[in-house]
Parts: sequence; structure tokens; C-alpha cells
Amino acid sequence: MSKIVDYNAYPDAHGRFGNYGGSYVAETLMAPLAELTEAYLRLRDDPAFIAELDRDLKHYVGRPSPIYHAERLSQHVGGARILLKREDLNHTGAHKINNTVGQALVARNMGKTRIIAETGAGQHGVASATVAARLGLKCVVYMGAVDIERQKINVYRMKLLGAEVVPVTSGSKTLKDALNEAMRDWVTNVADTFYIIGTVAGPHPYPMMVRDFNAIVGREARAQMLEQYGRLPDVLTACVGGGSNAIGLFHAFLNDEGVRIVGAEAAGEGIATGHHAASLAAGRPGVLHGNRTYVLCDDNGQITETHSVSAGLDYPGVGPEHAFLKDTGRADYVGVTDDEALEAFHLLARTEGILAALESSHAVAQAIKLARGMPKDGIVLCNLSGRGDKDVHTIAAREGVEV
Amino acid sequence: MSRIDRRFAALKAAGRTGLIPFVTAGDPSPQHMVALMHALVDAGADLIELGVPFSDPMADGPVIQHASERAIAKGVGLADVLGWVAAFRRRDADTPIVLMGYLNPVEIHGYARFAQEAVQAGVDGLLLVDCPLEESAVLQPLRDAGLQQILLAAPTTEPSRMAQLCGSAEGFLYYVSFAGITGAAHLSTGDIAARVADIRTRAKAPVAVGFGIRDAASAQAIAGFADAVVIGSALVDRLAGATDAEEIVRRTQAFLAPIRAALDAH
Repeated sequence: MSKIVDYNAYPDAHGRFGNYGGSYVAETLMAPLAELTEAYLRLRDDPAFIAELDRDLKHYVGRPSPIYHAERLSQHVGGARILLKREDLNHTGAHKINNTVGQALVARNMGKTRIIAETGAGQHGVASATVAARLGLKCVVYMGAVDIERQKINVYRMKLLGAEVVPVTSGSKTLKDALNEAMRDWVTNVADTFYIIGTVAGPHPYPMMVRDFNAIVGREARAQMLEQYGRLPDVLTACVGGGSNAIGLFHAFLNDEGVRIVGAEAAGEGIATGHHAASLAAGRPGVLHGNRTYVLCDDNGQITETHSVSAGLDYPGVGPEHAFLKDTGRADYVGVTDDEALEAFHLLARTEGILAALESSHAVAQAIKLARGMPKDGIVLCNLSGRGDKDVHTIAAREGVEV
Repeated sequence: MSRIDRRFAALKAAGRTGLIPFVTAGDPSPQHMVALMHALVDAGADLIELGVPFSDPMADGPVIQHASERAIAKGVGLADVLGWVAAFRRRDADTPIVLMGYLNPVEIHGYARFAQEAVQAGVDGLLLVDCPLEESAVLQPLRDAGLQQILLAAPTTEPSRMAQLCGSAEGFLYYVSFAGITGAAHLSTGDIAARVADIRTRAKAPVAVGFGIRDAASAQAIAGFADAVVIGSALVDRLAGATDAEEIVRRTQAFLAPIRAALDAH
């Protein structure tokens, strides 16, 4: 592929990021997607919409989130400075709210009265239930039965917020199956229902729209870097499941050639074991959930079951823009194992007093690896996409502790 | 003239409504798949839709989804499906076969390779649920090989887009009778009749109606205004769990014969 001059030019009008993205959906959804695209493109440039979104992000979500120099962690590692973009401090505890606040406003503008969402770790489900409660919209969240079991606290949080949580028992009973089920609901109830997709995947315009709503993370971080450090970071890192927090951080830096970008995928028990969710590092181009991207599938084209200790990364596809960034070479995607993520979780807890989400712990582990090989005046900026309270039971169970 | 075109021309000449049963390849039994296909024809099928199992069938309801899961659990893949078509063709050179499924298995198999093998096996058309017209450039090798791309039209389809679909339709245009997944229950024939009548005057190809047709009565209600009816979930549901060839043939007959009779009585 020829050198990309302007990464802001993607996707094109068909929702394509180079060879990836697009709208691979049944005919029934073509009109609703066109309607959504039209509404979103109109609202995106509407000063009243922008002002309302900015107000919500400031007063409801609590933005801007700080960038924090993890000094003790950096000293412990003994390399470059590690800075954390504190998305864990947002209302509901993760970056997911940036997107749901935005999509809920789009839904209200389109006159929709019912919100549906899919969720893996439950963070997106909670963030959707939250905005639905605030706008007085009905909310139904689809969640794999396996994920319901390992994320009980988030399930209860959603119920407290007035959402109905529907267990999905088909396929692998995880995020991908929840997405299938939500898509079926949408096809059936498209007249009054708005589907809030939680990651930068799905058919156009979702990868673009979800990216735009999360791109506030990178825009803030870039300005904060210049203001507080007088320079940009040497390298960015974030965890990648579907990839919404990662694209959120990366996007504002894509045209900054000097800033290296590394995405951390879930290598589970190790890529060689086959028990992982590293679609970019170990998958191949295919079509899943409405877009062309890297997928994990067998030689018959069947999507394979994935594994990660973190429910939010346990997904066999990845956002098409990441596929594009991989192929252009703008970003590198590497695997971080369950064990490495847990080690990073504990290290961050003990050196900085921060319990990171298991998803974000993959990014912390990658930040540590990167910092180790860099000079002391270097800077690694890591997206701490969510807090770890929801994972306390998973970690305890894994370590044989009864809570 | 393709096998599909010949079949629809013959139906038209005879004044009959076509019957298109859908079965999931490999369900209920991979061993008896070819026997099932012949049984469909013996029970009155004019064209067979063969579902290629996929792990993530977003547009399908629970019945077909579970049939896919059962077939995949038995190791059924695209090569098996093509093998069954080839075996079926040894005894039946006339009944058109359309493979229905999702893009990823074909993409991973390789478009050029698939096109060649499918034509060789005796496949006539392909309906890829998640490949709308806008994304179908990748299917050029299939068209070049002579496979017809069956397009879907839906109640949500906008008028300008409907015109485009009508102009591009080949083989037949599959009209999804309501916005929803396969196998759902409600069906309002009045609305469908008006939409289909309009589409039939404009489409280059005959119009088959599917989604929500489950028995003789619902088939007959559609028969008055469609060139063919598609019956999927109700049949797959009826076949589920049958293990031996005799039982499969018996259930196929019992299910399709009244529907055939109802269509012909129209």
C-alpha cells in the first residue's frame, strides 16, 4: 500500500478503511444503516449537538481525564516514563461512556425510544444502561451466558440502572454471540430501536461513529502532552479487543509520524496454544459482524472460539481501522498473555494504588515491556481504559482466594 | 439459459407457483444429505436452497442457527456441501440448487477456487445474506463462472434502491416478507401482496417470497401473488432429530406434500 498522507481521510463514503470495513449486512439493515449514517453525519457538524455532547462529557462523564505520571511504576521498571491516560476515572469507570453518551444523543435526535446493546465485560452494557436511564429510554442488553457468570457485578449494576439483561446461550456464549443476538433484535425492531454498538466494529457507520466519540481520549491526551511535557510521547499503547479505547487514543496521533503506536491484543494462554483472542497478530482477513477485518476462523471459515482472562478482549474480530493500520504499518499489534496482564495488574496496584481493569492491564503490561528498552527521558503513554473493581472476583477465583 | 431460468420459465408456462424448500446442509444427518435432497424433489420442490452452515448466522433465527451449530459440530464444511451437490447431480440434472449462507466461508475458501468447484459440482446460484449489492464486487469470479447471485429485497428497502435491485436481479429476487429474522411468526399478507405485485412488474427476474411461511395455509396465501415461496425454518424444525434415511424421507413428504397440494390448488 502506498504511504498514507492523511489518516483523517478514512473511512471513505462507503465506510471503507482501505480494504477493510464496509457494510456486510442483510438487506433489511441497509436502509436503517443509511438512515443512521445520514443522521450521524448531519449531527456531527451540528453546533447544538456538539455543544450538548461537550456539556455531557464535561459535567456527566467528568472529562477531561488526566494523564498521570506513574513514577513508582516507572522507577520499578527502570526505563522510560510511563504515563497513564486515566479513562478509569470516567463516570461508570471506563472509556465506554464516551461513546454511549454520544450515541444516546444520536438516538434521541432520531426519535428512537428503545436502546439495545451487546456487552462482553459488561462495561459497555453498564455505560448503555446509564445513558438510557438518564434519557428515559428503555434499555435491553444482550450478554453471553459465560460472560454473565464471570461479570456478575456488572450484570447487577445494569439491572440497578433499570436495564433488562438478556443471557445469550448460543455459540460460545460470549461477546460475539451477544452481538449476533443484538443484531437480530435490531433487524426485528428497527422502527423504534437504536442499537448502540460498543466497539469500533460492525457495519458502517459504527466503526467511524464509535471512533469519533472515543477520539476525545487522544485529542485530550495530545493537548495535555504538549501543555504539560512540551512534546508528544514516543510511543502509545492500548489494549485491543474490538479496539475502541485503542482507536480513541491513537486517532489524534495517526498523522504524527514520530509517535510509535502499539496495540496489545489478548494472547490468552499464549498464541502458540491456540487459546487466545489475538485477531490481528494471529488471524486473517475475513468478514464478520458486518465488516471486513481480521478474524480468527478455521479453514472452513467458521469463527473460532477465543480465550482471554478478560471478557472485554474475548472477541474473534477487531475494528476494521485497526486492520487497516496493521496493513499500512502505522501501528504494530502484539500479544500479551493472561499471566503477563495479571502480573501488570498487581504491579500497578502495589506501586501506584490503581486497580486496573483486566483489559487495561494488557496495555499496562505492554507499556512496561516498551518502557524497559527505552532511555529514561523517553515517554510511553498508556491508555488505562477502565478500572478493575469488576474483575476482583475473577482475579480472586484465579488465585484461589475466596472473597 | 441457466437451470434456474429454465425452471422458472417452465413454472410460468404451467401456471404453477414454485416451491423452494430450504434445508441446512448436514442437518439433521450428514450421511443422508443426498437422500434428503432427492426427497425434497420427490415431495414437490422446484428448486433447493441449501444452507451452508456458519458459526455466526446473524440474520437467522434460533431454528436455523441451531441447525448450523449441529452441522458444524459434525464437522460439516463447504467441501462437504459441494460434495453433496455433486452426488445429487448424478441422479438429478434439472433441479436448480442455490447455496445460501454467509460470506466468510466463501471468502476463506477463496472466491476463484469456490467458483470453479461450485460450478463443477452443479451449483446454480448463491445467496450470500451478508453481501449486499454494494459489497458484491468480490463475487465477480463467481459471476464469471456462471453462478447467479440471488439478491434479497426487504420491506425496509427504499424505492430507489428497490429499483436498483430489480434491475440487477438474476435467477430470482428473494423478497423477505417482513423485517426480522428467519422463522419468526407474524405475516401480513395484504402488505406483502402489494409490495410483491409492485416488484414483479419491475424486476428482471421472478420473485420468491420467504420468511414466515410455515405451512400450507401461509404458503397458499402467498401463492396468489409470488412466483415462488421459500420455506425454511419450519422444515428444518420438522427434520431436526431425524436420524435414519427413512425417517428423513417420511418427514419431508409429510411436511411438503400438503404445501405442494395447496400451491397447486391455487
